[in-house]
Amino acid sequence: MSFQQAAPASIVPDTDELARISFIGTRAFLIEAPGAFDLPTQRRIWALSHALETRPEIAEIVPGMTNLLVILKETPETPEAVVHALQEEWRRARGVDLAGREIEIAVTYGGEHAGDLPALCDLSGLSDREVVRIHHEGTYRVFALGSAPGFGYLHGLDPRIHMPRKTVPSLHMARGSVTIGGMQTGVAVLTGPNGWNSIGFAELQMFDPMAAAPAVMAPGDTVRFRPERIEL
Amino acid sequence: MIEIVATGPLNTVQDLGRPGYRNIGVTASGAMDPLALRIGNVLLGNAPGAAGIEVQTFPFQVRFSEGGAFAITGADCRATLDGVPLPPWWTAGAAPGQMLELFPPLKDARAYLCLAGGVAVAPVMGSRSTSLRGGFGGLQGRVLATGDHVATDRAADGFLPKGGFGVVPPAVALKDAFPVAEGGALLIRALPAGEHDLFGADAQRFWSQLWKISARSDRTGYRLSGDPIHPTEVMEMRSHGVVPGVIQVPPAGEPIVQMSDANTAGGYPKIAGVIEADLWRLGQARIGSLLRFVPATHAEARAAEQALAAYIADVHKTARLVRQALAGMA
Repeated sequence: MSFQQAAPASIVPDTDELARISFIGTRAFLIEAPGAFDLPTQRRIWALSHALETRPEIAEIVPGMTNLLVILKETPETPEAVVHALQEEWRRARGVDLAGREIEIAVTYGGEHAGDLPALCDLSGLSDREVVRIHHEGTYRVFALGSAPGFGYLHGLDPRIHMPRKTVPSLHMARGSVTIGGMQTGVAVLTGPNGWNSIGFAELQMFDPMAAAPAVMAPGDTVRFRPERIEL
Repeated sequence: MIEIVATGPLNTVQDLGRPGYRNIGVTASGAMDPLALRIGNVLLGNAPGAAGIEVQTFPFQVRFSEGGAFAITGADCRATLDGVPLPPWWTAGAAPGQMLELFPPLKDARAYLCLAGGVAVAPVMGSRSTSLRGGFGGLQGRVLATGDHVATDRAADGFLPKGGFGVVPPAVALKDAFPVAEGGALLIRALPAGEHDLFGADAQRFWSQLWKISARSDRTGYRLSGDPIHPTEVMEMRSHGVVPGVIQVPPAGEPIVQMSDANTAGGYPKIAGVIEADLWRLGQARIGSLLRFVPATHAEARAAEQALAAYIADVHKTARLVRQALAGMA
């Protein structure tokens, strides 16, 4: 199976290429889109998610980064038939753009919660001011939620400030830390171990378990960071 | 209503979990041995999804402020009621003021205390399970502490014989449906997962060797120690949803099995996924114990699920008959 780069400007998918479908245990099927880690591919994942969510045999759908985990209500008798049906849905799925909300997040860049900013400057060869400017000038899309309650994986980070995840996670990164993990950015929702790189801090609470809609973010939302303070 | 008189540090209120919110990053949680919790509830005539107390650190001691029926299932924790020993997998009635004590089990890891009516805490996102990481669910989102009062919902009407009654534990009743341990190792069935073939010859070593459950294991996941395995190529993975039972292999090469408090997303190469019908057995495996993974098929997984369902249905029917017969004699 090839993993060719999809044409980034187009939202019309390459319908010929099959998704990669694998098992996680008995009821869960992971559908991974071929092609690039980009918005057109994610739009097709959103479309697939939409097409599958009303199927009665499906218990749960978990969108990831250009992939989708489908959890069935029961262990299927013939998993091959499930894979075939999912592949058919993937073939039919056309990109949709979710009409998400616009979320603005006020950030204190630098300061005590930006422990990894110097390392990012070293890695990128940019000054701290340039790193901060590039980060807050970006427009991001919530690709998926996961990992911790309400945590949104944000796509759209400028390649100049990509930074690999740490091999040894920080043990006590604060909730609200504005972080970079590889080509993604996000705001930590829990205090605890975290392998992403922190460059700032946001007060916004991203999750309320008692609310009717517990997560502030949803896939498709547009996120902008507003520099409230810059402490360099 | 019970009062916690003594407890170890990691005992929580759990039900069958909070599935359906992984898409917003919320772990399902729920009992590590859902079968034991289910049977405890069946014995009491509770709804199958009623909340109970998962006891994984001992001793654990409660006083019944009001009288009521209770059930003890899961690990045989040599329970006593006012000092009188109770058999494992047993339901009995407690009078007001009586003290129930659970001691460290000699085998298996977790005992379940179910109460008639079920533990009454407010459901959060459809479940009463405690999410320690999220800090919600259960009793104020935290572990139980000495002095806590645990209320129960209204119990179903039912007759409980003096001295109570019990069931044959699933490990005995279902020994034909679940692979027997060889030389003390637990056999856990699993299906190959997405990156299985990337491990090349190391995949065979994954299945053939005995893995030890390391001390760095908890409700979130079991870290296994053994001869490390590595994929033949390093692959940049994109984060994707995972479910309990997924066996991921971080760069150091020692697998991690995600359990009830599994993260909702992962990005390590995954070599296999434990069949759901074997998760309760893994949930009873102790730190330091050995296990070996056995490749399985969906058909074998379904057969194991059917055996479990038949056992639960049988306990359900028998418990009802016992109550009726004894009520008739009374």
